[in-house]
Amino acid sequence: METLLNDFSPGLFVVSTILLLALIGLMVKFAWKPILNSLEERESGIEDALAAAENARKEMQNLQADNERLVKEARAERDAMMKEARDIRDKMIAEAKEDAKEVTTKLIENAQESIQQEKQAALAELKKNVAELSIGIAETVIKKELSSKKDQLKLVEETLKHVTLN
Amino acid sequence: MKIAQKTIKFLTIAMVAFFTATTFASGTDKKHDDQNDGGRVNTKEEVEAYILHHIKDSHDFSLFSYTGDNGERHHFGFPLPIILWTSEGLVTFMSSEFHHNDDGHVIVEKKGLKFAKVHSKIYELDQSASSISFDETHHPTNAHKVLDFSITKSVVGILFIGLLLLFWFSRLAKQYKTKKVPTGFARVLEPLVIYVRDEIAKPNIGEKHYRRFTGYLLTVFFFIWVLNLLGLTPFGFNVTGQLAVTACLAIFTLVIYTVSGTKGYWMHMVWMPGVPVLIRPVLAIIELAGALLIKPFSLLVRLFANISAGHIVVMSLIAIMFTLKESLGVVGATGLSLVLSFFITLIEVLVAFLQAYIFTMLSALFIGMAVEDHDEHH
Repeated sequence: METLLNDFSPGLFVVSTILLLALIGLMVKFAWKPILNSLEERESGIEDALAAAENARKEMQNLQADNERLVKEARAERDAMMKEARDIRDKMIAEAKEDAKEVTTKLIENAQESIQQEKQAALAELKKNVAELSIGIAETVIKKELSSKKDQLKLVEETLKHVTLN
Repeated sequence: MKIAQKTIKFLTIAMVAFFTATTFASGTDKKHDDQNDGGRVNTKEEVEAYILHHIKDSHDFSLFSYTGDNGERHHFGFPLPIILWTSEGLVTFMSSEFHHNDDGHVIVEKKGLKFAKVHSKIYELDQSASSISFDETHHPTNAHKVLDFSITKSVVGILFIGLLLLFWFSRLAKQYKTKKVPTGFARVLEPLVIYVRDEIAKPNIGEKHYRRFTGYLLTVFFFIWVLNLLGLTPFGFNVTGQLAVTACLAIFTLVIYTVSGTKGYWMHMVWMPGVPVLIRPVLAIIELAGALLIKPFSLLVRLFANISAGHIVVMSLIAIMFTLKESLGVVGATGLSLVLSFFITLIEVLVAFLQAYIFTMLSALFIGMAVEDHDEHH
């Protein structure tokens, strides 16, 4: 203890106190204050940047969700449009078919009608021909004046032989 | 002999510090042998005296010295100014006037006063005395100590480290003006600053108050750490092993936590709530003694003792080179000394940091106890 006290130098104590006070003052003013301020500034800057990044990420997510929704909507719309188009196409085809059918039916009907008319006309002609023939035959028969019943029948038969039913 | 040891110590520590150049080892051995040829004996007592001399403050800055062929001592280093407050007022002269004498034989006369240097202390001789005389416990009988404000080796160390710290950290501070992340050496310093702030100041003092004290804690931390490391260099500084310096640091901490103590802190100290009234004065005495004496005393003694002990151990292990020379031979003693002092020096590097950390941490803890809000306890 005595050596320790003997070693204690009051002069060095005073000098080191003064130097340390000066050092602390200078260090605080020129080093620690600006360093700590800059560090804090930087740390808060980093925190802000992190928060901003998180926000950006969230926004991005929202955007992505929006995009997905839009794509889905677009796809649905496209599907709807395609379905509509298909429907319209089907409808058009069906209509066309219907029309065609109608037209053909009409054509067939017309044809049948004209056939019928032709047939009627032909029949009328035939009737007229038959009547004329009958009159001719009758004329001949009458001209021969009934010489014999046998001859008359022979005549009718011959006449009929010459007549061809068109 | 002292001179020879100084030389060897310088070379050895240089080698231990760098541990690369094996040529140094042969150099050491050669010197050693030379001294041996000169018929010099390095006894245990001389080693002890040398070590005790080294851990004291010194009035001149000697790097190394040796004894020449003609037996003359050659010193390498430079003198430092001596500033004394004597009975005649201020006296200044250079330490070279003592001619490296440390046992009081060289008397320096200034302003009609005579001064002698004994074991790194400067004594003013009484008017009638012409030479210093000692009693049987080696205390001067006809001289008294003077107030010594000299620029001693420790003061040089403090100035050097102070300027170095100022240079390093003001440059770090300047770097922030132009960039967010410092580059170069400042990049090493920045995490240390953050470490002290986040691991020492914040947890011990608390988020609310730590900012006020961080400047002091940072200064003290780097001051002690770098000076501890400087003490491990071959320049032989022992600043943090000076009682005056550690006492100064401890008193700074004491003043800071005493001045910034809250009302709650003082109430808990002098009139402890929640205990019987009769016990309160007893507790007050214990608490006051703890806060005003034991805490700073533990701070100053811990740092002083650890660093001084470190120096003594390193130097003792280096001294194995001489003390075990006879039993182990020159090579054996040198080898053992080198291996042991190498590892002890490594440990001392750790201790250098640890003591700086402990001093700063305890300072922060004491400050934290003083500024803590006591309201939440009631």
